[in-house]
Amino acid sequence: MKAPPFDYHRPASLDEALGLLAGQPDARILAGGQSLVPMLNMRLAAPATLIDINRVDGLDRIEEGADRVTLGAMVRQRALEASPVVRRRLPLLAEAVAQIGHPVTRNRGTVGGSLCHLDPAAEIPAAALALDARLVAASARGTRRLAMEEFALGMMTTGLEPDEMLVAVELAAWPEGHGAGFAEFARRPGDFAMASAAALVALDGAGRVDAVRLVLGAVAATPLRVTEAEAMLMGRTPDTTLIAEAAALAGPCVTLEDPQAPLWYRARLATAMAKRALTAAVGRADRKRVAA
Amino acid sequence: MTGDPRAISMTVNGREVTLTVEPRVSLADALRQDLGLTGTHVGCEHGVCGSCTVLVDGTAVRSCLLFAVQAEGTAVETVEGLARGSALHPLQEAFRRHHALQCGFCTPGVLMTLVELLRADPCPTEAAVRDALSGNLCRCTGYQPIVAAALDAATVLAAEAAP
Ligand code: FES
Ligand code: FES
Repeated sequence: MKAPPFDYHRPASLDEALGLLAGQPDARILAGGQSLVPMLNMRLAAPATLIDINRVDGLDRIEEGADRVTLGAMVRQRALEASPVVRRRLPLLAEAVAQIGHPVTRNRGTVGGSLCHLDPAAEIPAAALALDARLVAASARGTRRLAMEEFALGMMTTGLEPDEMLVAVELAAWPEGHGAGFAEFARRPGDFAMASAAALVALDGAGRVDAVRLVLGAVAATPLRVTEAEAMLMGRTPDTTLIAEAAALAGPCVTLEDPQAPLWYRARLATAMAKRALTAAVGRADRKRVAA
Repeated sequence: MTGDPRAISMTVNGREVTLTVEPRVSLADALRQDLGLTGTHVGCEHGVCGSCTVLVDGTAVRSCLLFAVQAEGTAVETVEGLARGSALHPLQEAFRRHHALQCGFCTPGVLMTLVELLRADPCPTEAAVRDALSGNLCRCTGYQPIVAAALDAATVLAAEAAP
């Protein structure tokens, strides 16, 4: 189908965009359009106004800090894949992004768009939770930062106010030598995941788990951290038995189901993906070099 | 009203065009209906099938997910721009040799996706070709001849580029 009529604005600056957003009660931000435009075409969304931020200057930067990497909201998913900074500092995100849709949809799809659309099956929100994301929201009133827990309120529902726009996300860069793994299951490559898992692992000099994150995607309304699995792994040697035990805690977290993947099946997928992600992360982690 | 039709300019296959469109009109529909370039096909209108793929400033995009007004000032390339005069583009020639199309509905999108791939990666592996094509649905060929044609075209294009 075709998109319903809307008023179209294409601001050139952030101030102009925020001014428009403040004055429009029923406006949506148009970023890469790979989720919003299908929704318009299928008439699942019919906002009065679209504010196209594709030509707003300065929203597509990747900035490397000491312990955070900041991604502008309009960084294209394809640019993330190609970025040496992302590959080196955020290997989890690099692996996750390569599994979003298809190369051609990643040419347009953005970091901010994926976060704001907040599809339960989306890769970037799951990776963002694992990477302790701080989301930078701007409005004509000012700027504030939200933790992922404050941002991801529910099924496709963010903590942004109607006059706010996501301008950047700050992700924690884990120390060099950490291991990352992102695994997802979909019937065909590029389909929506039926379960996904993101894992980060850092090991100490003795090969014991020094720090760990395990996050599941596509199993609940929003990405989910499996803190019990993390607690089980901490301070211990992550051999196959321990990884399997920890991954088994993923299954019971599943609350989302649909005819394609009923609860029992999705729970098994979640456990399998958690195991794959953890195994990859452990395998890629170096033992911390202990100073002599 | 900002929802009213507006005049926009862009280049399409190297030709400067101006058209008047409502903001809600997709680039695919503008190409087909306003410019008469019906080579770009529209299958699903929600980004799934890939048949509407065109290049905008050299980047392959779904033209059903881009409003024509968003392409203002850009350079658009469609399947109509591939042939060199009366000679087929090496990709098109390879598709013919390998029988890589049957009904031809998916073909324009497949070709434009491959044009982007071969410009970025002149000697792609089979895996890279398959990855690039993962977003293009073909209900006829089973993909084997398409992949073979893409790899064959890559060698032809590389030979052309060699001094
Ligand atoms: S018509 Fe655009 S992807 Fe199917
Ligand atoms: S040739 Fe018929 S869909 Fe591809």
